Amino acid sequence: MSTANATETLSLEIWRGGAVGEFRTYRIPMRASETVLDAVSEVQRSTDPTLAYRFACRVGMCGSCAMMVNDRPRWTCRTRVGVVARGGRLRVAPLRHLPVVKDLVVDMAPFFAKWQQAHGRFEPGVAPFRDFARVAPASAERQAADAGIECIGCGVCYAACDVVGWNPDYLGPAALNRAWTLMNDVRDQARRERLAAVSGPGGCASCHTHMACTETCPKAIAPTYAIAGLKRLAIRAALGVRP
Amino acid sequence: MSALVIRARSHPGLLAALLNRVSGILLALFLPAHFIVLGLALSGAPALERFLALTRSPLVEVLEAGLVAALALHLACGLRILAIEFLDCREKTAVTVSICLAFGFFFGLLFLISVPMRG
Repeated sequence: MSTANATETLSLEIWRGGAVGEFRTYRIPMRASETVLDAVSEVQRSTDPTLAYRFACRVGMCGSCAMMVNDRPRWTCRTRVGVVARGGRLRVAPLRHLPVVKDLVVDMAPFFAKWQQAHGRFEPGVAPFRDFARVAPASAERQAADAGIECIGCGVCYAACDVVGWNPDYLGPAALNRAWTLMNDVRDQARRERLAAVSGPGGCASCHTHMACTETCPKAIAPTYAIAGLKRLAIRAALGVRP
Repeated sequence: MSALVIRARSHPGLLAALLNRVSGILLALFLPAHFIVLGLALSGAPALERFLALTRSPLVEVLEAGLVAALALHLACGLRILAIEFLDCREKTAVTVSICLAFGFFFGLLFLISVPMRG
């Protein structure tokens, strides 16, 4: 960790433009304990007000400030400059695998479209439960759902995933993790359709178990294991084994 | 002005996948060659013996040790994937990849030190 004080300078390379553009270097005072989001905000407020970036909560709840920091996707509001700056330099870019709107802002629409493709929504069915469903907290299904339920859709895993870069049709870790939590929801009435959606081309079988999503998830969720669960369900279904 | 390119970051899981693939490709290239050599026996023992004499050179012995290491590495990396996907085993990827590499090197070295014993 850097022990730099405010007399040192941080060289902040920030992507400017859309899909085509350039990295521009901004020099601001180095403050090791401030966050990367603070540094980006300082550039926008003190040097270049046309810099576009996205944030909302600043405290790691909304996930909207996710960016590539030194080629690794991170929540910039939870990343201290001193931890990631190397030799007084930082490179900040928009999230990988998503269309760039401007500067550090990406279009999240393709990301959420894949959640829909993966049936990443609760389906109560035509005859929903009329009473509260009793779900034992210690049941295997509830435990499996709990492991992935805290996802806030920040897109960090999607940007980290090598397979998304190779295969644009791949649904990605977040959508498949969401599908897995719903496959373990005993109230859901569309599990057969969801399993079909995540078992086809670009589905769970496309995951190469690189673990990039699991390594980078700021919520410590492990989408790789969720996807492995979907693979097991898909194989059981293909073999005609009832869940 | 240029297109935005962010290079893929190296990480242990990517290394595991690369080791699995590269060792698999090496084995896939070796297998046809292996069968062609075995096929020499169909032309009589002398043809096969002439080729086997070539394989007793130190260079080929070292290459064979590499092949054994690749086979062990491919096996270990494959078992890792199967354990994660079918047995829901949790791992620390860097540790698992290190174990896979050690497994491969161990059997490669074992083959190499067994060469003098085999005469």
